[in-house]
Amino acid sequence: MHKHKSNNALDSKLDAVSAALKQSIKNLDSYTHVRGESLYVDDVNVRQGTFHAVVFDSPKAHGKITHIDYSKAEALEGVERIFTYKDIPGKNEIGGIIPDEPLFAEHDVHFWGMPIALIVAKTEFIARKARHLIDIEIENLPVITTAKDAKSKGSFINAPRSFSLGDTEKEFDNCAYIFEGETFSNGQEHLYIETQGAYAEPLENGNIKITSSTQGPTAVQKTIANVLGIPMHKIEVDVTRLGGGFGGKEDQATPWAVMTALATYHLNQSVKLILNRHDDLRMTGKRHPYESTYKIGLSKDLKILAYDVEFLQNSGAAADLSPAIAERTLFHATNSYYIPNVKTTVLSCKTNLPPNTAFRGFGGPQGMFVIESAIAKAAHEIGVSPRQIQEVNLLDENDMFSYGQIAKKVEAKNTWNSAKSIFNINALELEINDFNKNNSSFKKGLALMPITFGISFTNTPMNHARALVHIYLDGSIGISTAAVEMGQGVNTKMMQIAAQVFSVSLNKIKIETTNTTRVANTSPSAASSTADLNGKATLMACNSLLERLKKVASEELNISEKHIELKDEYVYANHKKSKLSWTELISKTMLKRIALTENAHYATPEIHFDKTKEKGHPFAYHVYGTAIIITTIDCTRGTYEFDTVKIIHDYGKSMSEGIDLGQVEGALVQGIGWMTMEEIAYNDDGRLLSNALSTYKVPDIFSVPKNIEVIPVETQGHDLAILKSKAVGEPPLMYGIGAYFALQNAIKAFNPNHDLKFHAPMTPEKVLMSLYENSLK
Amino acid sequence: MITFILNNKTIKTPEHSGMTLLDFVRYEQRLTGTKIGCREGDCGACTVLVGSLNNHETIDYQSITSCISPLGNAHGKHIVTVEGANLQNKLTTVQEAMKANYATQCGFCTPGFVVSLTGFALSSSEKNQKNALDAISGNICRCTGYKAIEKATHQVVEKLENHNNLISFDWLINNEFIPQYFKTIPKRLKDLELKSSNQPEGKFVAGGTDLYVQQADHLIDKAVHLISIKDDLKGITIENNHCTIGANSTVSDLWNHRTLNTIFKNLKKHLKLVSSEQIRNMASLGGNIVNASPIGDMTIFFLALNSTISIINKDKKERSIPLKAFYQGYKTYDLKEGELLKTISFKRPMAHAYFNFEKVSKRTHLDIASVNSAIYMTIENNFISEAHVSIGGVAAIPKYLHNTSKFLTGKNLSSETIIEANNVLQNEISPISDVRGTNGYKRLLGRQLFFAHFIELFPEQFTLNDFAQHA
Repeated sequence: MHKHKSNNALDSKLDAVSAALKQSIKNLDSYTHVRGESLYVDDVNVRQGTFHAVVFDSPKAHGKITHIDYSKAEALEGVERIFTYKDIPGKNEIGGIIPDEPLFAEHDVHFWGMPIALIVAKTEFIARKARHLIDIEIENLPVITTAKDAKSKGSFINAPRSFSLGDTEKEFDNCAYIFEGETFSNGQEHLYIETQGAYAEPLENGNIKITSSTQGPTAVQKTIANVLGIPMHKIEVDVTRLGGGFGGKEDQATPWAVMTALATYHLNQSVKLILNRHDDLRMTGKRHPYESTYKIGLSKDLKILAYDVEFLQNSGAAADLSPAIAERTLFHATNSYYIPNVKTTVLSCKTNLPPNTAFRGFGGPQGMFVIESAIAKAAHEIGVSPRQIQEVNLLDENDMFSYGQIAKKVEAKNTWNSAKSIFNINALELEINDFNKNNSSFKKGLALMPITFGISFTNTPMNHARALVHIYLDGSIGISTAAVEMGQGVNTKMMQIAAQVFSVSLNKIKIETTNTTRVANTSPSAASSTADLNGKATLMACNSLLERLKKVASEELNISEKHIELKDEYVYANHKKSKLSWTELISKTMLKRIALTENAHYATPEIHFDKTKEKGHPFAYHVYGTAIIITTIDCTRGTYEFDTVKIIHDYGKSMSEGIDLGQVEGALVQGIGWMTMEEIAYNDDGRLLSNALSTYKVPDIFSVPKNIEVIPVETQGHDLAILKSKAVGEPPLMYGIGAYFALQNAIKAFNPNHDLKFHAPMTPEKVLMSLYENSLK
Repeated sequence: MITFILNNKTIKTPEHSGMTLLDFVRYEQRLTGTKIGCREGDCGACTVLVGSLNNHETIDYQSITSCISPLGNAHGKHIVTVEGANLQNKLTTVQEAMKANYATQCGFCTPGFVVSLTGFALSSSEKNQKNALDAISGNICRCTGYKAIEKATHQVVEKLENHNNLISFDWLINNEFIPQYFKTIPKRLKDLELKSSNQPEGKFVAGGTDLYVQQADHLIDKAVHLISIKDDLKGITIENNHCTIGANSTVSDLWNHRTLNTIFKNLKKHLKLVSSEQIRNMASLGGNIVNASPIGDMTIFFLALNSTISIINKDKKERSIPLKAFYQGYKTYDLKEGELLKTISFKRPMAHAYFNFEKVSKRTHLDIASVNSAIYMTIENNFISEAHVSIGGVAAIPKYLHNTSKFLTGKNLSSETIIEANNVLQNEISPISDVRGTNGYKRLLGRQLFFAHFIELFPEQFTLNDFAQHA
């Protein structure tokens, strides 16, 4: 692996990282994953007589259904039945935050791909054939595809939200520099490799069991109960694992599960629905595109004094999670900077795209892209390096965020300064300047990207979880939580917690599927908080059991509980190994008729937020970090590569270094993808053009940075983080934003007159057009 | 009956030859380790290995995406899924490397990577990191960011490094790359009773790499007329200064061909831009040509070689036409009912010949071009005696640039000539805006790739500066 020459401090840190990786726990699913034995929804053994379903969806983005004829499709051999809104016994409503989204379109369609009916047949192939036989006529209504257009037509999801701090209007008068501009960041397809899917089985008494690829089992259960008009306890939702989620299965795994349940409800037979890739791409929402306008004011010494920004969020045709995502955009609008006067407004614009939804970062990245754009613009106009502006405005201890929270245990400057010194930023910049001087057809660019990301659901009531821990007669342990495993390694972390508390080997512990009958009324696995919330609950349950076991041991050994500890599957008394083993202790406990099961509930303390004032303390803590990104562009072809990404990341005290590094690298690459090659395209009629993997490109092994170095910043961690190991799922995605600005700087090296644009992603097309924009005018 | 060995089991199935191999292994055989990610060969989650007995009584293994592979093409082969690579109760060397390096997160793409890397160990390619990465170039992972996978790959390569080319089954078994039963496969494949599966009057299918992307629903419940098993359409011959390539040759056949690699010294670099290894292993040249995509990479390649194609009809009558005359309009071409493309041939480039291929797409690898272009020239003493330029993505057909080629011919090679030739080129193309780029971008890119040919071929003579200042 490439190491920077003669940088001993860095080398020793990288060596420490490699050493930690060798020791660190591996994802507990690794064994079955690499053998192809892990089970996903489509791998579940289906019952005899299972039907397969395909969704019939709108072939227009907006209109009235004037005629629809299912007769030819119904007549096809093998078709069992076609379900529409008329077959819904409860409410035709699946909206989570706002009830504005039907399961099936009734008389109007609002986006291309909106479900209209479910075709159930003997095989998926027959169902798909039947889909071609449905006749539909739609009277077109005007189609809105952009947020700006929606705003001009007054088409919104809900009322705008606005945060403010200080007096922005007044402060602009005191600014030496003021710049205004517009930015656009496009959507992003989740591209979980496992598409959406669900499998429903009828149980007795009208009960239904659903196996779903969802991040939110309770949302699935609740919505099915609502649509079928039956109590929640009749619905059991079970999740083994997801083949990727990234937010795309937080809310949008629900409709498919509901459809299978509806069909099972009527047919009393098992029904399976797995979306094929094209259907998934067409029917599901993505990261929200944002069109934003900003005004930034700076003092002579480059302090940002005032920042005013309006975000237009392209929410799509229904609310879905858009209001919550819009809120998080406001929370992160100033990224890692302290700005004394801030006004931020977000408008959730209703358009005729599929309802856009959660995607790693949840509106935060969109907010951060705008402030970074404003800084890049200001730097360009003033004639300084963006990093000079970034640096003098970094957040400090006790600074106030625009939403009233006081920043504590801040690591913004620490990670920034560490990045500069450990990676030797001056040497890197010199190298780049030299390279650019000596090369006419290739140019390099560098950007720094600091991040500050708040951890907790911003909707305070969602910050809770439960864990159910059984110790079985033989000393083996089963743990159920609300956490859904989707590759982030949360189950491994749960297992580590129990192993640590009981001091038993990992093979004594099993993490059960996520199931609504074992752990009820849960929040989705999202907001980077899954390990914190469920881990704290698991820790509580295990600690309760431990106390009980210690009491039994103290009675057995006739020694005070204070002097008892469990170690390596034995009871230790006064630090000496006793004869009482873990297994024996469990038998004794059982004989004493003491419960070996515990259920614990955890709710994050300290957090609160008042939406009427838009002030409060919504986050348990923040995660910090700084990335340095270097790119090389080929000025002949407009293509580019990323030479290196160097990151100082605030893990707190990582409990699983290997898993956490995987989250950082994976999120970074996803963020770079969003900023570079991943380009969602709809035409004016609202039809998705990037509708296949041949037209929507995510990073492959050749397009990722040649080198990624991630060094942990050494901190004490945070008490509200599980075992002081901070949340890591989302924050590193935002390092990827630096890719845009690194490319922009490389373009400037070729074309000094470059007219800066802030329109992501920076595709090879935009790079080439920017390189030669002067000659094209 | 389609007869083949699936992992350690002999299969005789009456299923339709047009069914996909993926559906057969997942749903007929319940081998669910082979995952469905896209059904268009773009993600690699369904990667399996195809082993074919060759003359030397060893087996050539190649990775393919089973989602766009007709079941009929498995006839007589050894098909290996991830389950077929598993050892009992322990991990293989490849699997252990994936685990030890955190190269699996959600796990859905993982079996594909494991199969591709196992295929690499079984393959005859030189065992270095570059080739190992090529082997997994068609596997998409959305979780890891690939760095952990690169490390796993590195660990695998380290184990294999002292072995060049084909490694014996014994060594691979002893070093836990593959299970024991592989040793029985050569004999069992030889002993398979292969009644040539009857070839009905169905749709002609070769590799299927585009057909199954476009029309899977029209193929999977039918028998199809498989071309891949026709050996007479295979083979590369170089005689009398002519190269003739059977239409059924795959891109990998070109990749591996020793002489072609000496004739085109950047052949692998060019072909690496064409697709992933899995697709190169399946995609036939004939398919690329009759698919008539305005952006077909191999078509652009052969247009610049001023190639001739030979076509046979049902009565085995043959006719030849220049490739550049084959295309008539968007996806229409000079091929009549029952006719089949037989060979493509071109004059072997000799001394003073220069060839280059360029392609730019949103993602450099495993993507469809925004614009691609190829050039062939013979130049002596700076005089261009012959020139052929082709370009894709800028017209309804893969375009041979008659005027630009003619303009260049007989000129002295200079930046002025090239800049003027670009003006001719710009008048010959008519790009439209679509998901692969705007019209303006494609024009600009067409120009840049045209310049790039000369910068690549004559780095001592031209740099970007020679053209950029005029641009």
